[in-house]
Formats: sequence, C-alpha cells, structure tokens
Amino acid sequence: MTRGVFLFLSAFLASGVEMVEALTIVLAVGVTRGWRSTLLGAGAAAVVLAGIVGVLGPAVSAVPLTSLRVLVGGLLLIFGLQWLRKAILRAGGYKPLHDEIASYDEARTQAQHAVHGARKSVDWYSFTVSFKGVFLEGLEVAFIVVTFGAAQRNGVRIAAEAAAAAFAIVLAVGAIVHAPLSRVPENTLKFTVGLLLTSFGTFWAGEGAGLRWPGDDASLVGILGLLLATSLLMVRLLRRRHGVAGLTADPSGARA
Amino acid sequence: MKYIAGFFRFWYDFIVGDDWRIAAGVVTAIGLTALIAHRDIDAWWLMVFSVIAVLIGSVRRGAR
Repeated sequence: MTRGVFLFLSAFLASGVEMVEALTIVLAVGVTRGWRSTLLGAGAAAVVLAGIVGVLGPAVSAVPLTSLRVLVGGLLLIFGLQWLRKAILRAGGYKPLHDEIASYDEARTQAQHAVHGARKSVDWYSFTVSFKGVFLEGLEVAFIVVTFGAAQRNGVRIAAEAAAAAFAIVLAVGAIVHAPLSRVPENTLKFTVGLLLTSFGTFWAGEGAGLRWPGDDASLVGILGLLLATSLLMVRLLRRRHGVAGLTADPSGARA
Repeated sequence: MKYIAGFFRFWYDFIVGDDWRIAAGVVTAIGLTALIAHRDIDAWWLMVFSVIAVLIGSVRRGAR
C-alpha cells in the first residue's frame, strides 16, 4: 500500500514536471511558427518514446528480480540524488530558479529568428525543436515508468496511470491557458520528486543488495523522513551562508 | 565513429549527469552494503547514511 501510493505520487510528479517543460517548448514554437509542424514533431517524439518503453519494458522484466532491484534502485538513486541536489542548491540560492516565462520567451525569440521554410510542407525548425523538447523531457519519464514498473508487481500499470494522469492535466491546463505554466511551483515539485526517487532507490537497492529493512515497507517512510530533514537543514545552512536573512526553508525558493 | 561517441556521450550525460561522484558514491554504497549484508550483519544503516553522505558531499561541492 505504502509503496503503491509513493510510486503513484513519484511517477505523477516526475511526469508532471517534465511535461510542463516540454509544453513550454511546444507552446513557444507553435505560437511563433505555426502548429502543424510543431505538433508533428511532438507526435513523432511520443511515438519514438512509446517504442523505447515497448522495447525496454519486456527486456527489463526478463532480468532476475534481485539483480533488477540493484540496477533499478541504483538508477533511481542516481536520478533522485541529482534532482535533489539541484533543488537544494536552487532553494539555497546557489543556482537560479528555473523560469518558465524566461524559457518561453527565449524559445520564441529563437523561433522568430530562425529561417522560415515557407514553401515546404513541413517546417523542419518547428518539427526538430518540438521533437527534441518532447523526446528529451519524455525520456526521463519513460525511464522512471519502466524502472518503477520492473521492480514492483503492478508497478508498470501504476506508474503508467500516474504518467497518463499528469499528461492529461498538463495538456488540459496548457490548452486552456495557452501560455507557459509559470505558476507551477517547479522547484518544490523537483525537491519532492528528488526525495521520493532517492527514498525508493535506497529501499530497492538495499533490498537487492540483500538487506532486510526494519519494518519492511514502513521503513520507506523513515528513509523519506531522514532525507527530508537532511535536505531542509542543508537549504537552511546554504541560505545562511549565502548571507540572506529572514528566509524559511521553503524549497520553492520563495522568500519569507 | 563520431556517432558512436555521440551515442555514448548522450547516455553518460543522461545517467551520470554533471556530478560523476554521485554515481560513483551510489555504486560504492551498494557494493559495501551487499558485502556486509551477505555476512548476515544488519547493514540497513550503512545504506541510508551512505546515501545521505553522498548527497551532502555533492551539495557542498555545488555550493563552492
């Protein structure tokens, strides 16, 4: 039960964050240069990603469970620690916060200055930029869905449902507002995803290495709590070192 | 040759990222934990505190 809830939440948040970034690129190129080639590029990337999941999924499932847990746990740990590290550095003031409005404006400016292939049926600039944006952001989601799915019974179903829910919500909001989703507290989401991936990674890698966790699944909550306390403490210390007074440890980077 | 190098560079950047010490630390932590756990010694604490040490080390390097 604990694993299922954590798994859904992790896959949902990770997919949501990556999809917001992909949507920013698609919107900027679509609004500036037209929708046809942009959507073709996004669709082609989605097909390639589906192919990768289709090939990787069964291949990963064929590996023995113990080895798989070491592999999957290790990969999730590496991904999770990288997300968490960047989120802590951003919240601590050592890295600029990701700004969707700035990314959107930058992509629009680049799209406006690129040469138009007006006579061609496909605008290859729009196609390529949109394809790259959706493919690169989606690849991490695909990895998370496949690895989660492989390490737990019904994992692929739960992770895929979470990713589909995130896709539907981001797409619906994007279609309604037709602008970058700047109000999404991106660093808080990345901080949360980093914590969840690192907790799962520690748990699965430990199980694969032959550990018996005290309290079984319940130890996931303990690992999460320890990582959360350490991360918040680091944010607080970094902010103090950065010499900014009167700040909370809010990982969104919002100043009190 | 250029494409093969590009292929491996892409996967290195995708998996290892901008701090290779995280990947190295994770592999070391799993290896040490497996070594101790297979001697029937309770080693869950080693895994947890190794991960926390890797995180603290990486954040400290990033904040320099």
